[in-house]
Amino acid sequence: MAEPTIALEIFRYHPEQGEAPSFRRYEIPYREDWVVLDGINYIKDQIDGTLAYRWSCRMGVCGSCGMMINGTPRLSCAAFLREYFPNPVRVEPLAHFPVERDLVIVMDDFMHKLREVKPWLIRGQETPLSEGEYRQTPAEVDEYKQYSMCINCMLCYAACPVYGLEPRFLGPAAIALAQRYNLDSRDEGRRERQEVLNTEEGIWDCTLVGECTTACPVHVDPAGSIQRAKVTATVDWYKDVLLPWGKR
Amino acid sequence: MNPWQNTNSAADQMHEMLEHDILVIGGGAAGLRAAIAAVQTNPRLNVAIVSKVYPMRSHTVSAEGGAAAVIKSNDSLEEHINDTITGSDWLADQDVVEAFVREAPDELLQLEHWGCPWSREPDGSIAVRPFGGMTIERTWFAADKVGFHLLHTLFQTSLKFESLTRYDEWFATKLLVENGRCQGVSAIELRTGEVRLLLAKAVILCTGGAGRIYPFTTNGAIKTGDGMAMAYRAGVPLKDMEFVQYHPTGLPGTGILITEAARGEGGILVNKDGYRYLQDYGMGPPDPWPRLRAMELGPRDKISQAFVHEMRKGRTIAGPYGDVVHLDVRHLGETKIDTKIPFVRELAHRYAGIDPVHEPIPVRPVVHYMMGGVHTDINGATPIAGLYAAGESACVSINGANRLGSNSLTECLVFGARAGRHAAAFAAHHRSLDRAALAAQARDEAKRVAGLDGTDGGTERIAMLRTEMTRAMEEGTGIYRDEGSLSKACDVLRTLRDRFARIRLDDRTRSFNTELIAALELECMLDVAEAVAHSALARTESRGSHQRTDHPKRDDARFLKHTLAYSTDGAPRIDYLDVVITRWPPAERVYGR
Amino acid sequence: MGEAVSRPYRRTMPATWWLTNRAYFLFMVRELTSVFIAIYLVLLLVLISKVAAGREAYEAYLTFLGTPAVLAFHVLALAAALYHSITWFNLAPKGLVVRVRERRVPDAIIAGSNYLAWIAVSALLWWVVL
Repeated sequence: MAEPTIALEIFRYHPEQGEAPSFRRYEIPYREDWVVLDGINYIKDQIDGTLAYRWSCRMGVCGSCGMMINGTPRLSCAAFLREYFPNPVRVEPLAHFPVERDLVIVMDDFMHKLREVKPWLIRGQETPLSEGEYRQTPAEVDEYKQYSMCINCMLCYAACPVYGLEPRFLGPAAIALAQRYNLDSRDEGRRERQEVLNTEEGIWDCTLVGECTTACPVHVDPAGSIQRAKVTATVDWYKDVLLPWGKR
Repeated sequence: MNPWQNTNSAADQMHEMLEHDILVIGGGAAGLRAAIAAVQTNPRLNVAIVSKVYPMRSHTVSAEGGAAAVIKSNDSLEEHINDTITGSDWLADQDVVEAFVREAPDELLQLEHWGCPWSREPDGSIAVRPFGGMTIERTWFAADKVGFHLLHTLFQTSLKFESLTRYDEWFATKLLVENGRCQGVSAIELRTGEVRLLLAKAVILCTGGAGRIYPFTTNGAIKTGDGMAMAYRAGVPLKDMEFVQYHPTGLPGTGILITEAARGEGGILVNKDGYRYLQDYGMGPPDPWPRLRAMELGPRDKISQAFVHEMRKGRTIAGPYGDVVHLDVRHLGETKIDTKIPFVRELAHRYAGIDPVHEPIPVRPVVHYMMGGVHTDINGATPIAGLYAAGESACVSINGANRLGSNSLTECLVFGARAGRHAAAFAAHHRSLDRAALAAQARDEAKRVAGLDGTDGGTERIAMLRTEMTRAMEEGTGIYRDEGSLSKACDVLRTLRDRFARIRLDDRTRSFNTELIAALELECMLDVAEAVAHSALARTESRGSHQRTDHPKRDDARFLKHTLAYSTDGAPRIDYLDVVITRWPPAERVYGR
Repeated sequence: MGEAVSRPYRRTMPATWWLTNRAYFLFMVRELTSVFIAIYLVLLLVLISKVAAGREAYEAYLTFLGTPAVLAFHVLALAAALYHSITWFNLAPKGLVVRVRERRVPDAIIAGSNYLAWIAVSALLWWVVL
């Protein structure tokens, strides 16, 4: 019996060749335990060396290989061909980002936004290392742990229609990262980050579609982080209005 | 309206020289730590990180189990030193190990102060777990995504330093050495495909290992030994390259790592009869259990070697991707699995189709780590002035013939920081640059890279050469080697090098040409693979991870020495360097008792 | 090799983006429920003004409200209000994280207490009105 095959329809765009993007169809062997990335690697090695894409760890932690797979943002190392077989699989670069070439998107905007939220521990007073670790109970770790799991794969940006319509929106991962530090008992930088978060392009652009959380491969729940940030910002506002003499 | 609107950007395509005080090549744990150390040592210095991937993609991200440092009151520096030296089969430099163990706690505390989410004891202090080959629990962890948290903490912290520039997705192709000093690199900017000249007063290589020279490895696609090859070509010897670590527990087929923490937390290894076979290979007795530095908490080299013996006895389990044994964590229970090793559960479920709460995990030994690397001194300095190296790409020599699990993340931090500080001091005192000569070198390199596409009648496909190389390495330089297998590997690698000169690329464009990068990576891997095979052929003894079936005994009289492999036009030239022995004379390596 | 260029393609979102995926569609439906609720409020405000305008105007308006089309609208508006409330309560645990003795209160309890409060307020109104 002939070996089963599956078709991958891959988005192709090359800046030097000037033309509009197109889809190219590749017929590859079907293996039950192959992920979409294995199929793409097969194409690169055996059929067409010109295909450009990013990948590295192939175990869902480096965040390189996010792609639109049949219209859904996924890590191509975690999307199995068997989920689609025998139908063809359509592979496109992550939605809402400019495309550098083929499946490679431009991530400058995302990298810029990550830095915007000051994702580092901010403290009024640094304690010397000789005094040992900052104490933090397991419950205090749990408070922010979920938001520290973000692998920067940007699937949430590709899932977010608000980001697609309004690219100035700070976006799910950056806000979740801000919350990761805001909720860390060792951190004292919430007021500083609030200047970026509590703005129209910050948390208030979010209309709670919730697809960022659905897309997240590591269960960060960015939608939840944004809603929590909204609640906190609202409480801050009431405190400022009702208790203007109170200590901030 | 056309939905595919075109925009012009990145208009500046000038060929200017880019100049910094220090260039760090690689953005993983060692590179980021080195860069931060350099700017903190001297805030006036202009430091840049050049990395072929965005830093958070670096392979540090895949480390799972933990990072070792003495912090608990029941532990001592002496014990950590002793464990590391014993683990290395006495091939580690003992002065370096002492410095490493002494500086380790502050480095991990520094990470804590930068926000790393270390797992905690109920009282809020740092929690530690047991790890293979360690006498006392001293491995700090953040569940089982330690490398991930460490890398992201370092990367996020690096963002606050204004004087730190990054060249993300720039692939360094050559070290520019002029007047005996390393004064920069040439690098391909992936986005445009341009070969650019980056000048600096000091260069730090933090480019990671080269697991991809083997077909079955835990290493990500980017681990292609680029920095090792660059240094090697520039004349720096590669040290102790024959020592390649096999991790005992990788998933069959993919080679995905199942962390040693699974055993640290109490997991056991059993053969097809459900028998804890490690007791037959000098790591028992099995009881009392759990016990540190015994059985499943033995060193990686011995556990991987035991697998081979079990397989030869026919006591392993046949599977679609070769024989396996079972890593059983069921007795830990769902709650402990989900708090201590959740990633293990996720990986086993996704990539092996089993739930470790209910079934044992099929595992087999898999190439994991290069103990060898760019020869450096205790400060990360290489024999070329102005060139430093740290992390897996370097061999500062704390790992010797076998690295202990959880020492490598700490190594990245301790020696990344050391290299950063020393490079900062060097850069402050060597301000001149030979600009004209460097520009000429960079122009030649650009020509060489442009000529790689095979337009002049090449026929060889890089994927094919890569497959043949990895097969030769697996067959010739695996867990057990002998003269015949090694000589054959050396011969095959030589012919592959000749064939590499005749490669042909499908992609002859410039923007994000990943096929060209793959070709350059293959060229690097061929250099590194040759250094591994020839170093292994020359070492006619067995030590740690280097097991010669034709020379099964350790031979301290002849080989208590580091191997140094030098690049030549033909086969590598092999030389030796004495191991630094201070207070711990070589002895028998004993586990289980 | 060709010229070194970087010329990224920018894709724009089609106006029908919300029809491309079930989750987007349901999200848009939730947003659109506000239209029904707004119209309902207008009708309610008119009702109040009719009460002030006298018995005749009030009864004429009641007749208008009793016409099948207006009744059908009210059924739709009720459905919209229910849809919006239910999806909103189900999302409440996302914004509200409560801890009792170091353990996070499960989502079901947070959402459930919202429903309970809803029922209690509705019952109170029922009692006041009838």
